Amino acid sequence: MKAVEDISFSIDKGEIVGYIGPNGAGKSTTIKILSGILIPDSGQCRIANMTPWKNRTKYVKNIGVVFGQRSQLWWDIPAEDTFDLLKDIYEIPEEEYQATKEDLIQRLNLQDIINIPVRQLSLGQRMRCEIAASLLHNPDILFLDEPTIGLDAVSKQLVRDFIKKLNREKHTTILLTSHDMSDITSLAKRIILIGKGKVLYDGSLKKLQNRYETEKYVFLKTNDTLNIRHKGIKQKTKNKEGYDLVIDTRLLSISDLLNIVSKKITIDDVEIDHEDIDNIIVKLYEDYKI
Amino acid sequence: MKAYLTYFKLKFISGLQYRAAAWAGIATQFFFGFVYIMVYIAFYDSGGSNLPMQLSEVVTYLWLNQAFLALVNQFSRDQELFKLIKEGGISYELARPKDLYFMWYFKIIGQRLANVTLRFIPLIIVTALLPYPFHFGLPSSFSHFLLFLLSLGMGTLLVTALSVLYPIITLLTMNEKGIVNLIITLADILSGIVVPIPFFPIFLQKISSFLPFQYISDLPFRIYVGNVSIENGLFGVVIQFIWVVLLILFGHFLMKKNLRRVVVQGG
Repeated sequence: MKAVEDISFSIDKGEIVGYIGPNGAGKSTTIKILSGILIPDSGQCRIANMTPWKNRTKYVKNIGVVFGQRSQLWWDIPAEDTFDLLKDIYEIPEEEYQATKEDLIQRLNLQDIINIPVRQLSLGQRMRCEIAASLLHNPDILFLDEPTIGLDAVSKQLVRDFIKKLNREKHTTILLTSHDMSDITSLAKRIILIGKGKVLYDGSLKKLQNRYETEKYVFLKTNDTLNIRHKGIKQKTKNKEGYDLVIDTRLLSISDLLNIVSKKITIDDVEIDHEDIDNIIVKLYEDYKI
Repeated sequence: MKAYLTYFKLKFISGLQYRAAAWAGIATQFFFGFVYIMVYIAFYDSGGSNLPMQLSEVVTYLWLNQAFLALVNQFSRDQELFKLIKEGGISYELARPKDLYFMWYFKIIGQRLANVTLRFIPLIIVTALLPYPFHFGLPSSFSHFLLFLLSLGMGTLLVTALSVLYPIITLLTMNEKGIVNLIITLADILSGIVVPIPFFPIFLQKISSFLPFQYISDLPFRIYVGNVSIENGLFGVVIQFIWVVLLILFGHFLMKKNLRRVVVQGG
């Protein structure tokens, strides 16, 4: 059985790429190959001028990996002790290590949790420590495999902001997988969609959104009665305060709609909602039958 | 090298936290020590002739066995490594710029030394105070004692080189039972943990002398009680050293081979 096949892409330095696909699509397998953990039966891979599984020891010094579903921290001892171990493993010079550690402690807000045995930390606290542990050696490339899995809204936001800042300030190249599309939308401009081990889409997130986002939801607040029939208005329902419309934007643009409506009635307020990114992904999966 | 020593240190320090388990272990070892010794007393009383060891030697040997069991046995496997393999945590270890074989080697040796550090002192002290025939005796001479220490150190390196093979095999089988259990059971019997090697039938002694297992603990313990001469003991230490080198080379090779085919579970 083949886990992944014909997966081809290249990523520029300093890019953040969202790597998405349903469960079992081969996301983690790809990340494991890219981080030198798995050796593919065939194929090529060049990262920073090295083949991950050939120059493994040298190569991995330059990358950081976070597996959201696993832990690299030692359970019985404080995270800081694991950090010290990593310092020796990556042979980080003392001064550089202290500086990086201090910086990460600040950015990820670890002051109060770094000295507590890891088994006593909450998932959000642990994940912040995990991310710090993966970055102590200042890697140029970072692989994040579901880094926000199971986190609450606040922790998620903290992790996202941190990743964004890291990319902006240090130009770290980041490949990110997540099932939480809001992670992807807030971090990645480009996405690669895979399914059944193949690449299905590689391009900007915006373009994908435009392609699938053909419906908009418009709420009109009004006391008047609206009688309207027009192509592009897929649905019209009256509620207490006005009307809910579903618009097909390929047939009728929002400005045209407002033009037409405002001639007929007085509009007190308008709310426009676009399609949820999760729905887009569901549609996308359906289209590709994955 | 520093990184491997840090692995050792961390494992040793976290191993020392499990004191309750150590007390339970000590109690068990007292119990088994007494049972074994009583069996041998009955055996010697029934008037066996041509016995290869004196009773006092056997008793001291058996107490050494119990005192250092956590160091020299093979059945207590490092669960953490098997968990790592079966649940996929091995991903992180493979993403480190170090040799996985030696990371595991130093983890295992750290764990074993932590376990034995918590256990052997109370056992030795108490049994040294016991009256005949349960008395734990002094080493047969000072040079025997020094050679015992050297040989036990070698035995520790040897048992670690063997123990690291079991998770390496598990990389392929994905199950730490089956073949691994079979090997471990045979290894423990042939290492003299159940019956000291001199009590083996001659043909089994012959076979055993070509295997590494009796060099883990049987050799150092027999040096301590004086059942082995200094010259033979030194020769034994050389054989221990050869086995350590061979097994490390073999384990390293096997790991490299198995990692090419490793399946990382889940995720």
